Amino acid sequence: MAGIKFDSVRRVFGKTVASNDVSLEIKDGEFMVLLGPSGCGKTTLLRCLAGLERVDGGRIYIGDRDVTDLAPRDRKLAMVFQSYAVFPHLTVFDNIAFGLKMQGRPKDEIKRRVQEGAELLQLQDYLARYPAQLSGGQRQRVAVARGIVMQAQVLLMDEPLSNLDALLRLQMRAELKRLHAEIKATTIYVTHDQVEALSLGDRIAVMKSGRIVQCDVPMNIYDDPASVFVGGFIGTPPMNFLKGVVSAEGAPQVVVGESRIAPTPAQTPALAARRGQPILLGIRPENLAFASSAQRNTLRGHVVVVEPLGSHKLLTMQVSGETIKVSVPPDQSVASGNDVWLHFDADKIRWMDAGSGDTIH
Amino acid sequence: MSATGGMKRQQRVNSALVNGILIVICILWLVPALGVFVTSFRQSKDIFGSGWWTVLPHKQYVEKGEIKLPDTVDVTGSFEVEGVTTTFEELRNGVTLSDGRQLTWFGNRRTRLIKVAEQQWVGFGANLTLDNYKNVLTGKEIKFKDASGQEILRKGNNLGTAFLNSVAVAVPATIIPILIAAFCAYGFAWLNFPGRKFFFTIVVAMLVVPLQIALVPILQDYTKLNLNGTFLAIWLAHTGFGLPLAIYILFNYISTLPRDILESAFIDGASAFTIFTQLILPLSVPALASFAIFQFLWVWNDYLVALVFLGDQNRVVTSALAAIVGEKGADWHLLTSGAFISMMLPLAVFFALQRFFVRGLTAGSVKG
Repeated sequence: MAGIKFDSVRRVFGKTVASNDVSLEIKDGEFMVLLGPSGCGKTTLLRCLAGLERVDGGRIYIGDRDVTDLAPRDRKLAMVFQSYAVFPHLTVFDNIAFGLKMQGRPKDEIKRRVQEGAELLQLQDYLARYPAQLSGGQRQRVAVARGIVMQAQVLLMDEPLSNLDALLRLQMRAELKRLHAEIKATTIYVTHDQVEALSLGDRIAVMKSGRIVQCDVPMNIYDDPASVFVGGFIGTPPMNFLKGVVSAEGAPQVVVGESRIAPTPAQTPALAARRGQPILLGIRPENLAFASSAQRNTLRGHVVVVEPLGSHKLLTMQVSGETIKVSVPPDQSVASGNDVWLHFDADKIRWMDAGSGDTIH
Repeated sequence: MSATGGMKRQQRVNSALVNGILIVICILWLVPALGVFVTSFRQSKDIFGSGWWTVLPHKQYVEKGEIKLPDTVDVTGSFEVEGVTTTFEELRNGVTLSDGRQLTWFGNRRTRLIKVAEQQWVGFGANLTLDNYKNVLTGKEIKFKDASGQEILRKGNNLGTAFLNSVAVAVPATIIPILIAAFCAYGFAWLNFPGRKFFFTIVVAMLVVPLQIALVPILQDYTKLNLNGTFLAIWLAHTGFGLPLAIYILFNYISTLPRDILESAFIDGASAFTIFTQLILPLSVPALASFAIFQFLWVWNDYLVALVFLGDQNRVVTSALAAIVGEKGADWHLLTSGAFISMMLPLAVFFALQRFFVRGLTAGSVKG
């Protein structure tokens, strides 16, 4: 068993709190993604787990062991670095074998395991080469191979794909997912790329300013963001937010510009408690569609820019003085300058507190 | 079009300028070196008789015969000789005839002797010899002719032994400080310990202390320890004097090694010592080599420290050369050949290690 538990882990650099009492439990064999903008403390959390950074407070457990005060090598984990961190003066074989040699494994075992690792990452033909003779993608494979031959129960990856070009990243992403399915090690994957996070993670922990703001399975993070921050960070383009006010009288409705939007029955009680208060309406670009006329839950919008992207058209629109993005089917006829009605289902709307930005349930 | 053409012309002009300056500098440095080199193969008598460039083929006046003026000719005024009218004063400075021959009056007015010279190519059979090198290397009796052609017998300079002494001094005095400094630089760059910055500042501050002020105190201590004149003494001295710069240079290099590489080795279970031997040392080869060249050349060319701590017991090359100048100031043929012998090893070391100056070993470790 190699679940991981962060128990209010704290790490402070000068006045910056890089990790603000973070608590997180990761199940054995789970692929957990730490996602957040740069400087949110996700790498610090990973380095604390690896033992490269000491913690200023809290405990870290791997399985049943308290590893908080252990040296990195006693934590029995493997790590893949953003910069690959392959040893330039060693061949690919020696690079992959380095950790095993450090453990003092017998020669034939090292050879067998390096071969296995190289096969898993399709590096068999490059074992005698030096890193300088490899492409960026191959070096990245070497770095991953180094991590997995250790057969550590915990595999850490710190933005391993961010130095690759877009196409290679796409390819490696799928490969990492296949790899995880094969080796089943508990994996923590740090990234600022929300697409990577959505595609790879069993669960995603979204971080901001040293705190985890939401930790859930990818579809919940996408569909039901815990705050304006999460909704605005995830998705390309991100979630749209419109300012509105909850009606003071009658059935609770939200006034956005000239439109009145009725919540679903489930949302009604929460809104009823906020009569007369400002509120934010969050809606994903693909949940908006053109409507022929004004009806229930429509907004009047003015098309500013039309971007045909092949699989869909991305529109930039003005709605009640705010700019939003709308995704429509590629065959939808629309031109910039058009004034249209936008329709949406009430259950696709997420209501957020206008002050704190937190989602209202 | 014209803009790029102008830029290309500008580049050509710039590179021509740079190359021109480099060529001038090379000539300025190489010509005297060549002079010393040629001189080292010439005999003492020749060195004082003519410049080193005379060994190259060139045209010069060679005496072909002489004319004795009969007593009837009045040499006080103008007179005719070989078809030209001339005077004694003109002949003293040399008179060139239309056929290229030159007439020169020999001696004073009463000799009535005129030498006839013709321009000829000379210098093909240069009178070069290896004897200078043999003489300077040996410690036995040597024999040579001095400037006036007199045969001289004296003891050789024993530069061969001095050469070996220099090797015995320079090699350990290069390796010991590098070993210590590499450990030290790794510690300063990557290990956390209290007072790290403070101690490093002290080491760097040592760079400004001139070694001369330490000579006498160290000499006194060596006297107490009975170390004076031993190789150990000079190894220790050079190690001490060389360490601040060595630590500084190696620190600068080692601290720029990618942190990820070391951390990843650390996670894989390498100890600080393994990281040093398996990663830091091989990756620092360029810095180690460039410092090795500096230190080796410095120790090899050092005269002061060797003179103070070794004295005359185990003469190094620089001491032996100084002795040639001091004891036998006129022996240019020995001095130049000795100088060339002392240059050979540093040149070999430089050419052997120079590729490390250019090669960056970290290429390919981290995506650039």
